[in-house]
Amino acid sequence: MDETSRRGALKCLGVGAGTLFTLSCGVFRAIDLAKAATNAIAGAPLFVQISDTHIGFNKDANPDVIGTLNRSIDLVNGLKEQPAFAIHTGDVTHLSKAQEFDTAQQLLKRLRVTDLHVVPGEHDVTDGPGVEFFNRFGSASKRRGYYSFDASGVHFIALVNVMNFKAGGLGALGDDQLAWLKNDLAGRRAGQPIVVFAHMPLWTIYEPWGWGTAEGAEIAALLRRFGSVTVLNGHIHQIVQKVEGNITFHTARSTAYPQPVAGTGPGPGPLKVPADQLPKMLGVTTGILNRTSAVPALTDTTLA
Amino acid sequence: MRSILRARALALACVLFAAVPATAESNLVVMKNFDYSPMRLTIAAGTTVSWKNLDGEPHTVVSVDGAFRSPALDQNDSFKFTFAKRGVYKYVCSIHPKMMATITVK
Repeated sequence: MDETSRRGALKCLGVGAGTLFTLSCGVFRAIDLAKAATNAIAGAPLFVQISDTHIGFNKDANPDVIGTLNRSIDLVNGLKEQPAFAIHTGDVTHLSKAQEFDTAQQLLKRLRVTDLHVVPGEHDVTDGPGVEFFNRFGSASKRRGYYSFDASGVHFIALVNVMNFKAGGLGALGDDQLAWLKNDLAGRRAGQPIVVFAHMPLWTIYEPWGWGTAEGAEIAALLRRFGSVTVLNGHIHQIVQKVEGNITFHTARSTAYPQPVAGTGPGPGPLKVPADQLPKMLGVTTGILNRTSAVPALTDTTLA
Repeated sequence: MRSILRARALALACVLFAAVPATAESNLVVMKNFDYSPMRLTIAAGTTVSWKNLDGEPHTVVSVDGAFRSPALDQNDSFKFTFAKRGVYKYVCSIHPKMMATITVK
């Protein structure tokens, strides 16, 4: 990624308790959360995004992923206003095991939300067809993994980009899903805010580590005509953000462990940090519907 | 004359010894630093290959043509497959598809 976005990404990593990004006419502005509180960014949290919970992970980088997920859930449950629903952008489990899914599902039930929307990460579907994943989270998409729904005037689209890999490649939607997406967006009025969520980044952040989606350019082309598009991803266990016209791409922190900045080290594995640093690198993302704008504003909050 | 024959016999024995099918260790592929090592392996039909993950990140072993698929392998987990048929088997980690390797079965 180019130097300005890298500096921006590093700034994102270093942010403490919270950063509020508000979208105004397609341009993101960062507002210090403390200031925002006094200006009272009015609006109900529409959704919370949790990502990369990796239940089953037990190595040095975080020996207690259940503990940090519980803290993340407590953080969400402790918000002044409860979000209507939660989105999990995948890697629910670490090794696709039935026991891991059972534990994760049990823990996530504690979230005080009406609905939980889940898309799979590559760690969730290592058996190929993702049997355990779809047994638990497959009904909304009729086991296809992709679907859409509307909430408070915003159109939400769930995509799966971890089940169509080509060797040596990035994430991918596959032809059927791309055709479905085209159809889902066709005829929709350009003024409706769109939120797309998928596990792997829908734009290329770092190709050598596979951080991207093969059909990224085609997907952006389909979304470009809309006045406000927010793309929520996970996978990389750190916040990286890019604004391209009216499309804001945003990856979330993990609730389990951080990963290195792109290109530092042999690969995208767990990053061990000092124990007191860990909670500052884990967290959730909230989407707030500002009363003056129909467009969700994103807030990233860490555990400490 | 005899010493030349002996030398030739010794040379032939050396060549034969070097060409003898490998020990169990050389049919082992390790996953280390997001690479399969060795990345290219040639074996005889009927050989069993073992894979072992030495990384802190899970990996899988998935053949591109569907011949074999390991479960998710955590650190120190292993997977074995016996290659009955001749051919060139390209495989990949389904968690990190940039990781690729080939096994040629003669």
